[in-house]
Amino acid sequence: MSWTPICDYDKLLPERGVCALVEGRQVAVFRTYDGALHALDNLDPFSGAYVLSRGIVGTRKGEPTVASPLHKQVFSLVSGVCLDEQGVAVPVYPVRVADGRVEVSV
Amino acid sequence: MSRIVVVGYGPTAHRLVETLVSKGFDGRITVIGEEPRPAYDRVHLTSYLSGTSAEDLTYDVPEGAVTKLSTRVTGIDRDAKHVVTGDGDVEPYDVLVLATGSAPFVPPVPGAEHAFVYRTIEDLDAIKVAAKDAAEGVVVGGGLLGLEAADALRALGLKAHIVEMSPWLMPRQVDEGGGAVLKQHIEDLGLSVHAGAGVKEIVADDQGQVTGLLKPDGTLVDAQVVVFSAGIRPRDELARSSGLEVGERGGIVVDSGMLTSDPSIYAVGECALAGGMIYGLVGPCNTMAEVAVDRIMGGSATFEGADMSTKLKLLGVEVAQFGAMDGALDVTYMDPVGGVYKKLFISDDAKTLLGGICVGDASPYTSLRPFVGKALPAAPSDLLFSGAGASLDLPDEAQVCSCNNVCAGDVRTAIADKGVTDVPGIKACTRAGTTCGSCVPMLKQLLEKSGVEVSKALCEHFTYSRAELFDIVRVRKITTFSQLITEHGQGRGCDICKPAVASILASLHNGHVLEGERAALQDTNDAFLANMQKNGTYSVVPRIPGGEITPEKLIVIGEVARDFGLYTKITGGQRIDLFGARVDQLPEIWRRLVEAGFESGHAYGKALRTVKSCVGSTWCRYGVQDSVGLAIALELRYRGLRSPHKLKSAVSGCARECAEARSKDFGIIATEKGWNLYVAGNGGFKPRHADLLAGDLSTEELIRTIDRFLMFYIRTADRLQRTSTWLESLEGGLDYLREVIMEDSLGICADLDAQMEHHTATYADEWAATLDDPEKLSRFVSFVNAPGVPDPSIVFEQERGQIKPVMAR
Ligand code: SRM
Ligand SMILES: Cc1cc2nc3c(=O)[nH]c(=O)nc-3n(C[C@H](O)[C@H](O)[C@H](O)COP(=O)(O)OP(=O)(O)OC[C@H]3O[C@@H](n4cnc5c(N)ncnc54)[C@H](O)[C@@H]3O)c2cc1C
Ligand code: SF4
Ligand code: FES
Repeated sequence: MSWTPICDYDKLLPERGVCALVEGRQVAVFRTYDGALHALDNLDPFSGAYVLSRGIVGTRKGEPTVASPLHKQVFSLVSGVCLDEQGVAVPVYPVRVADGRVEVSV
Repeated sequence: MSRIVVVGYGPTAHRLVETLVSKGFDGRITVIGEEPRPAYDRVHLTSYLSGTSAEDLTYDVPEGAVTKLSTRVTGIDRDAKHVVTGDGDVEPYDVLVLATGSAPFVPPVPGAEHAFVYRTIEDLDAIKVAAKDAAEGVVVGGGLLGLEAADALRALGLKAHIVEMSPWLMPRQVDEGGGAVLKQHIEDLGLSVHAGAGVKEIVADDQGQVTGLLKPDGTLVDAQVVVFSAGIRPRDELARSSGLEVGERGGIVVDSGMLTSDPSIYAVGECALAGGMIYGLVGPCNTMAEVAVDRIMGGSATFEGADMSTKLKLLGVEVAQFGAMDGALDVTYMDPVGGVYKKLFISDDAKTLLGGICVGDASPYTSLRPFVGKALPAAPSDLLFSGAGASLDLPDEAQVCSCNNVCAGDVRTAIADKGVTDVPGIKACTRAGTTCGSCVPMLKQLLEKSGVEVSKALCEHFTYSRAELFDIVRVRKITTFSQLITEHGQGRGCDICKPAVASILASLHNGHVLEGERAALQDTNDAFLANMQKNGTYSVVPRIPGGEITPEKLIVIGEVARDFGLYTKITGGQRIDLFGARVDQLPEIWRRLVEAGFESGHAYGKALRTVKSCVGSTWCRYGVQDSVGLAIALELRYRGLRSPHKLKSAVSGCARECAEARSKDFGIIATEKGWNLYVAGNGGFKPRHADLLAGDLSTEELIRTIDRFLMFYIRTADRLQRTSTWLESLEGGLDYLREVIMEDSLGICADLDAQMEHHTATYADEWAATLDDPEKLSRFVSFVNAPGVPDPSIVFEQERGQIKPVMAR
């Protein structure tokens, strides 16, 4: 597995996403309140726009989530599965912190 | 103790075993399945390609059942009452259930062995691998599944073709007219359609690599991946070889109790031939499973056929069919421009609904399907208009969920007797909505109409209403979301409570909306201080108080729009909107605007929008007061004021009302003696004319009354409640409002005045403040690891000399 560093961990605000361009792919990276990191594809499958990194981060029944900024469908940050519409999911990518840098793998 | 053996572990076997367990069957249950995993949600198989994992799709094995996976049953010894598996094991049974499902039909054309099918997770794995090195793919079969498969190929990055034998797509669900409209939608997705064409050969090179599909007319469709989706064949080979009765064209013959020609053997699901029919949908298969369980446990349930209504599951293309596909009379609604085709079939006396076809707008599927076989709930032509049907009252016995055979009455019972207040609750109680999901809008409607006391809790994180939270924040002097949710809520919030709390904090404290933790609470638009458009770009609306603007400022707007290549439009609010800015361009655009003296127009915020004006007494021969002057004063006073929903206002210089003040949250009309103040008007979804709150006010009295009106609204309204609905739900109505804000009946006016004083004293332009803060500015990038790189997914074309977004699909 190859890891691409994207930014310092401190650059990520809790519960706000950023988008990184990794090998031509748009990856939305989120830091949740407890400090954990999650990475999803940035493409909102409902609208076809690359915007998921700009959604509101929260929880649903304890599971960390992001709501698409366009039409508010909620996705699990853990599995990428849409919790509002069955059968829709976005890819999730491995993400980690190494030496204070956030790294993702696509 | 009795032993049940189930052959095949697909969705039907799963429903059967689950029902046996839940009904308290106390014998031994063994399920033998050929696939390497327990049953999974085949209906949502396609989501596997977009990231849903096999585990997520797989159902939990019901407690107590024994499973043998990756095991094929090769024979049944009906005399000895046992089955034999591929590895030679023997499994004795008292009752045997065949749930062997069906297999995709692959026509015997040369080269067919190089093609794929679309049925299992393994099939999709194979397609995924093949698609990696392919540029084009073709799906044979333009039915429901074929279209789903073709769109999946497209999503895998291939140019996708569909070859369909019939003259139009989905011939089993739509007629020729619908087919023509459907073709347009499918082509708009980027798929190419070859209708009326068969397959002569799948052409491959020496290594067995597919190069194309040869049509009977001799033309070759280039493709490196070919998928067959040309129908299904019941898997009756086991039944056949053990001498059970099978149908002429396949399928294990069963009676209405799902019993085969052997009294110890049942067959359910797609392998069963019930009443001469094979049912290729989960709804009827589940019903069969439930009937078989009832019989096994001594009941007398029967399977009487089932609704075969279906809806296509492709994002963006609505196609559905319900009930019959013909009838004595039919009514068609057709809009070729909008790509909509809807048809209803009706009995010869024009009284009974028989069925319908919808393309481009599937709403009748949800609203009218339950009326099939029943009296038409309204005139057919009315039912075909979009949105019609939403207000229909369903009879209790009308089926709302065909996948799980749930009727309106069952849902109403769940609401009334089990205290269910939301859709997840209905799903848990009745199973409705848990399979294909197409009935969920109907469930919502039943909930809304049931009139149950819907909890006023904001969301799962707060049990309080917005007004209660407002008081908590105010009285306990809470300044952060984290403190509020830790002390008064649970979890970490969501897209409902976070913006609501952000708005409360802003109304009460008026700090910068992007400061510290507040940045993570803001709704889509506030988060970047601009309005997000459909392609992820933003629009920019500088404030133009009262709609008055100098030529110099107009020129600056023109220059900025030109230099950044933005689309420019005059809004309905007397100002100018600049569209198509990338997130990384917003700071540069605003630097130019702020330098020229512009401020944020808060077009993105739940805040004051515009105070429109008419030209008034300065120029107009009828004007009795300076409406422009007052509009500007009001807009400057209330700019930046965050509220439960947006606030709009207007000032007209006389009763001719050219500024349309009575359609605003607060509108002012000049009189000879001063101003009349109207409140709670609304355009929008549900227009309402504003009510006269007070007449002939002096400017000073007017402003004090508006101050209090706004603050009282901000304090007590629900989230996203405009002043119009707020006033209508306010007990005591307009008279009560007058008492509170003009006679101070609650003794809160000093408080309200102080709050507005605080707002006006602390207002600062949030764009100017953002430009001065490098930390905030650093968030305005498309990519955190490549700040200078523009988002390559954003593409425009030209229309009427300006840009217009091009969507990838
Ligand atoms: C730009 C504009 C249309 C235009 O090109 O003229 C517009 C555009 C939008 N309107 Fe509007 N409305 C615009 C004037 C209006 C008007 C007319 C007016 O203000 O005189 C109305 C009816 C009056 C009223 O609000 O009572 C109007 C009623 C709505 C509604 C329905 C509100 C309601 O109470 O039912 C929404 C939806 C909502 O807010 O929930 C909405 C929402 C929107 C949103 C914000 C939709 C969205 O969430 O993306 C649009 C985005 C604006 C953007 O991207 O810049 N817009 N909208 C107008 C901006 C005016 C301005 O300068 O700020
Ligand atoms: C992509 C896709 C989308 C679909 N979408 C919808 C939809 O939106 N709505 C809808 O209603 N339906 C839909 N369907 C159809 C639905 O999936 C089927 O109706 C359902 O799967 C039938 O279930 P079943 O258990 O009867 O058969 P199957 O799912 O075929 O399961 C039978 C199982 O038995 C196994 N088996 C067969 N013979 C043996 C043997 N001798 N020994 C051991 N195991 C054996 C098979 O391997 C298989 O696992 C869709 C199907 C697909 C493929
Ligand atoms: S409302 Fe009256 S003052 Fe204003 S422009 Fe119209 S006619 Fe003139
Ligand atoms: S109709 Fe399919 S889940 Fe209800």
